[in-house]
Amino acid sequence: MRQTLEGSQAIAKTVALCRPQVVAAYPITPQTHIVENISKLVADGALQCELVSVESEFSAASVVLGAAAAGARAYTASASQGILLMSEVLFNIAGLRIPLVLTCANRAVGAPLSIWNDQQDSMAVRDAGWIQLYCADNQEAVDTTVQAFRIAEQCELPVMVCVDGFTLTHTLEPIDVPDQDLVDQYLPPYHFARALQPRQPLSLGTLVAPDYYAEARHSHHQAMLHAKALIAQCDRQWQELSGRASGGLFEVHGASDARIGILALGSIVGTLLDAHAAHVQRDDVQIIKLRSLRPFPGAELAVALSGLSDLVVVERALSPGGGGIVGVEIRSAFHYHGVNVRVHNVAVGLGGRDVPLSTLDRILDLVAHGSAEEFQILDVQLDKLPPEDR
Amino acid sequence: MTESIINFYELRRKQPRFQGIDAGHRACLGCGEALAARLVLESTGPDVIVANATGCLEVFTTPWPESAWRVPWLHSLFENAAAVAAGIEAALKAQGRQSKVLAFGGDGATFDIGFQALSGMLERGHNVLYVCFDNEAYMNTGIQRSSSTPHAAATTTSPAGKQRMGKRHLKKDIVSIIAAHHIPYAATASVAFPSDLRKKVRRAMAIDGATFLQIHCPCPLGWGHESEESIAVARLAVQTGLFPMIELERGELTGAMPIREQKPVVDYLKPQARFRHLFADDARAREELEHLQALADHNIEIYKLLGSGVDALDSEGADTVRRGGNRWG
Amino acid sequence: MIEIRIHGRGGQGNVVAAYILATAAIEQGFHAQAFPSFGAERRGAPVAAFVRIAREPVLRRSQVLHPHFLIVQDRALLQVPEVTVGLSAGGGILVNSSKPSAQLSALLGLDVVALPAAQIALKHLGRPLPNTALLAAFAALTGIVDGGALEQALRLRLHGKGEKVLQANLELMREVNASVPAGQWYREEYAANA
Repeated sequence: MRQTLEGSQAIAKTVALCRPQVVAAYPITPQTHIVENISKLVADGALQCELVSVESEFSAASVVLGAAAAGARAYTASASQGILLMSEVLFNIAGLRIPLVLTCANRAVGAPLSIWNDQQDSMAVRDAGWIQLYCADNQEAVDTTVQAFRIAEQCELPVMVCVDGFTLTHTLEPIDVPDQDLVDQYLPPYHFARALQPRQPLSLGTLVAPDYYAEARHSHHQAMLHAKALIAQCDRQWQELSGRASGGLFEVHGASDARIGILALGSIVGTLLDAHAAHVQRDDVQIIKLRSLRPFPGAELAVALSGLSDLVVVERALSPGGGGIVGVEIRSAFHYHGVNVRVHNVAVGLGGRDVPLSTLDRILDLVAHGSAEEFQILDVQLDKLPPEDR
Repeated sequence: MTESIINFYELRRKQPRFQGIDAGHRACLGCGEALAARLVLESTGPDVIVANATGCLEVFTTPWPESAWRVPWLHSLFENAAAVAAGIEAALKAQGRQSKVLAFGGDGATFDIGFQALSGMLERGHNVLYVCFDNEAYMNTGIQRSSSTPHAAATTTSPAGKQRMGKRHLKKDIVSIIAAHHIPYAATASVAFPSDLRKKVRRAMAIDGATFLQIHCPCPLGWGHESEESIAVARLAVQTGLFPMIELERGELTGAMPIREQKPVVDYLKPQARFRHLFADDARAREELEHLQALADHNIEIYKLLGSGVDALDSEGADTVRRGGNRWG
Repeated sequence: MIEIRIHGRGGQGNVVAAYILATAAIEQGFHAQAFPSFGAERRGAPVAAFVRIAREPVLRRSQVLHPHFLIVQDRALLQVPEVTVGLSAGGGILVNSSKPSAQLSALLGLDVVALPAAQIALKHLGRPLPNTALLAAFAALTGIVDGGALEQALRLRLHGKGEKVLQANLELMREVNASVPAGQWYREEYAANA
């Protein structure tokens, strides 16, 4: 049913529709409203689950790990410092192949302290072995949350649903929250084959010597690669039921014979699409929404974007001393697959800096004049820095 | 060659005790922790789920693809056993299942790195029995000091030398801190007193809430005594007053194992290489010995440990592994 | 697309005002979006929230830099230079103030409508909460949303606070409707579902 909701509220309602049995979380801006809304649903009796109000994000992740291992559907949410505090557990959850869903209300990472939106937090744990899906709007956040449980449980891999903090979590807009029947139809009850139970005493999380470790990592990597097909399939299946898709692994907007592509993740996609529709209106420009960062659809992107002359990868995070993160992966994939597209790589909107519609013009200028650097922060204001730091 | 009058294997087979950790694991000879874990599970029975912190116990029981555990068992990380156990317990509650959840950790996992998660679990009152296997240092990584290491003990990170007499700080009084959470039951136990240990486990198992058991477990490698002396050394820790055996309910002291005759602390310290530097001809060493004796005397005073031993379960009358005691009675 | 910026002080229900206005617009059949100026909120500190109302789905996520209208919950905020920055040419300012509109318009050199929203609220609600009065006035002045849509938005927002509170707010709305120059800021393109 179409409702007018704040993003966090819609996500909380959707989590409840997925019937989690255990929710554990620790409050952190801008994730707080999600947890508060879930707590209210539990307090009102609208959601029957064990809500564990832990003393840290580290314990939040540990509690849901234990709960899922004991055969309960479990959920947590965090952001920024909280994601980093739980990062050791995140690697552990993935390595144990425990299906879980986590909402990351994307926020910058300090220092300097910033409570505002960018995607440095989830990017920092991209190697944790979690599936990472980025949402462009709150409707996608709702639909992806439902899909995430199905994906996680089918392939025994945890899924991080990345939703831009404030920009989406604190924005009120019309959102279709699915009916309970629909979600029940899509999401069968949780069954974990390796659940901890005295009748079938399994040992989980054992010590693995060098003679097996590489094989464990290989199988994890393969499972992630196989998940690509599952992510696309789950999106299609949800579309059949709800009428809405969220873009599978990635989604290309614009003419198929475009020469210039702009690839981005998360809510910035909407701003770029709006800027294109409202002002630029160039039929040689495509906008690509990358939804799945892990698994990374490198081969699929190489095929889909091989006709471009230029691709600008727009990120909201960076690897200091390295440069872009997604940009490097795209360049690598294009190189390996023999795709000859000039790849430009920029970061914008770090630490909550506004990404205005004019960003698209700046990006297109960059393509027209050629980028002088392998990577740059497009909206940096160098005059604010002392000369030696520029 | 003399024939054994009692066939111990036959006797063991006839015992209705559940063995949660099977033979064949890779613990060191004389490992106190392996014995303690086996004793705990004998008393809990099979209807449990174990969350185990990283440490010797986890490493020596589960070299993939082998496992010594006959109970469902999960190892996640070093510092989160209490939180993982809380999650398992929440899941069982949501599913209407009744199994008891146990959390196992060493002193490093309990006193130090996992302390926050433990405090949180206790504060929230999860139905979990947390067992700390206290061997008084980071043994898994090669004997480094923890906040449980006794004062003046030498470890690889608190070595004795010209300027230092081993660890400069005191052993953390963890059970008092735990009891300050006002949980229904917290107690200390020792592998040298198995009947007492089992009794305390059964006590904790009967409580629907957060409970805590600290078990003193000698580590022959880390403490520097002979493997066959583990039980004797553990018993001396109790009999000198250095490791008081107490029970606390809702934060109040409700029980203490009496000591019929207090042994001097040097009896306990001497067999252990970690205290060897205290027996050098050195004024500082003598001073440290006095400190340790004072700590033992303090324990005896505050817990009123000296008693006539009318109770069969005092530190003399209680059974021990070596003597058999009344365990078959 | 119509863009509105709402200025207030932390604790005055600044974000709630934006949410109610966007909800009313959606009830009216528009697409809309509302969001706060993100950040740490302190009670009493100046804060702002934004509303976008459009016939097409709102895709952009940028801050509102050139609003068509300002709604100002506290007259003293008009002294803060940032408050009026970026107002579109011909844009209107609705302010909670008991001063005459003409006086404030002259002072700022901008099109200001003043409404003693806190006083009206005090009379109906027992507390000086300016939101409902300002939103009712905005609806009447612009005609973007009608009374029915605003009433529905209030119902959704006040759900759980009891029928009495809702009725007091609706009564307040009726008084405001009668006291502002209806349609003063009306423009053809604002007509619903045109």
